Amino acid sequence: MTDATLAALPPSPWVELWRDFRRNRGALIGLGIVAVLLLAALLADVIAPHPPAEQFREATLRAPSWEPVDGRRFVLGTDPVGRDVLSRLIHGTRLSLLIGLVSVGLSLSGGVLLGLVAGFFRGGIEFTIMRLMDIMLALPSLLLAVAVVAILGPGLMNAMYAIAIVMLPHFVRLTRAAVIGELAKDYVAASRIAGASTPRLMFDTVLPNCAAPLIVQATLGFSTAILDAAALGFLGLGAQPPTPEWGSMLASALEFIQSAWWVVTLPGLAILVAVLAFNLMGDGLRDALDPKLKR
Amino acid sequence: MIAFLLKRLALVLPTFVGITLLVFALIRLLPGDPVEALSGERGMTPERYARLLAEFGLDRPLPVQYLDYVWKALHGDLGFSTITHEPVFREFVARFPATIELSVVAMLLALAIGLPAGILAATKRNSVVDYTVMGASLAGYSMPIFWWGLLLILTFSVTLGWTPVSGRIAIQYDIPSVTGFMLVDSLLASDEGAFRSALSHLILPSIALGTIPLAVIARMTRSSMLEVLREDYVRTARAKGASTFRVVAIHALRNALIPVVTTVGLQVGTLLAGAILTETIFSWPGIGKWLVEAIHRRDYPAVQGGILLSATVIVGVNLVVDLLYGVINPRIRHH
Repeated sequence: MTDATLAALPPSPWVELWRDFRRNRGALIGLGIVAVLLLAALLADVIAPHPPAEQFREATLRAPSWEPVDGRRFVLGTDPVGRDVLSRLIHGTRLSLLIGLVSVGLSLSGGVLLGLVAGFFRGGIEFTIMRLMDIMLALPSLLLAVAVVAILGPGLMNAMYAIAIVMLPHFVRLTRAAVIGELAKDYVAASRIAGASTPRLMFDTVLPNCAAPLIVQATLGFSTAILDAAALGFLGLGAQPPTPEWGSMLASALEFIQSAWWVVTLPGLAILVAVLAFNLMGDGLRDALDPKLKR
Repeated sequence: MIAFLLKRLALVLPTFVGITLLVFALIRLLPGDPVEALSGERGMTPERYARLLAEFGLDRPLPVQYLDYVWKALHGDLGFSTITHEPVFREFVARFPATIELSVVAMLLALAIGLPAGILAATKRNSVVDYTVMGASLAGYSMPIFWWGLLLILTFSVTLGWTPVSGRIAIQYDIPSVTGFMLVDSLLASDEGAFRSALSHLILPSIALGTIPLAVIARMTRSSMLEVLREDYVRTARAKGASTFRVVAIHALRNALIPVVTTVGLQVGTLLAGAILTETIFSWPGIGKWLVEAIHRRDYPAVQGGILLSATVIVGVNLVVDLLYGVINPRIRHH
């Protein structure tokens, strides 16, 4: 291949995506925060100053300060039983990202599968799947999540299942719509005529071309998952104490709201920042991937 | 129009069936059955167990039990709360006005701020105003409202002492309950102090509950307005020399509001779900708080009934919104 043909080639889709994404300042900020959260989650054991469950009985409800107590520093203060708030927040990051990863992973794989089936087998199967999704969409996400947790019982794992179920209809609808759009195109017909089997058509030929809306929805799904998991944790239906989950941290310190602002304010701030970061990133990705917005 | 109406109704029926199935599954998937729960620690003889099982109708095939449940639910019989022994339906109806009052005020607040903010952002696109509105809206959309509510209490109730911390009205006011809405009831009783008390109790919860709808409405209004402002007829109006205010308020707004109506309707569900959190924080005696308490007390008839009734209300509202949408936008009827 000569230099001339190389130059004429369009840039790879990833390079193009990054170019469009980079132009959006909000999206870059979101990406930056997500990167920091990811680092905090991965290195939680190294960077957290104290173990998240260790109780310093002589230092309960200490206000945030640089001044060390008996040689220990509690930069963001301690909670009612003397645990270091900063360390719990850092370990909470790990938990929140894990919640996002598991719920989005479950929901995405289930949704893609159902969406592909609905898109490929039009008619009865499609009708059944889509009506089922309509029913799920009719209920607001938190109410549905609460109902699912009421059936499964409170707990972190069940909260993740509940959130995955709540997000499922979005992934199914997006996949089906994208699949139906792609199926009308010539390259699919060509592949079919060449003898590709249905599973091959589904996963190899069509699915990669439906990725754009799914990537956006998955990113936004992280923010939904983190927010809903925190809400369930706050209601006592999600992660149970002493798990350092942001929502349940906040709930367990509720009675100290008047005397110790930091035990309530800081976990909430962590939730807001994480949710905001994923929303910014998702919006940026949508703008970058949406061909309608490109000239 | 009739065909459109029938089509929408036909879509609602399976939704309702699905919701009843979900709620029915709630009974069946519980560990243990109601009879076992009744027997308590002492246990019971197999004969008595079988008799009670038959008495509750739990020995019949599942489809029969399901149809029985739906038949009773359609007649307002949702069983009795295992804690208060009151009919679940009556408990729900007693608390529902509190939730409606809070939701209506929250929605009015969201509309009163969200619509002008969205319009302003659209007309001043890419200005500081636009960026501020969009930034605030994104923050509002990402807000954990249980935390936001606590911050409001911490600032305005605890620190500044401007508003009460929780409840619907100060304890010294005893207003006869006519409509169940404190604002209306206190006006009917012509008790100004009670009205003020009820209003001051409403401020913080409705701000907390209205934040997410506000953010969504502002965003939706902005993008819808931007789209309409690009239309040819708007350019024509401008070319004719109409003032910007006239173009926006008279020509563009009517069409820009069409998608906003749908958004507002869909937010009703969000409001009811948000009430679960808001009511818990502000000790607001509505169905959200009641539902959470019922889950914690394992009062399953109340949980089932509460979810079934809230879901029915939401589906009903969505249907009305759909129909309204068909009225204001005739094009949709033919799709």
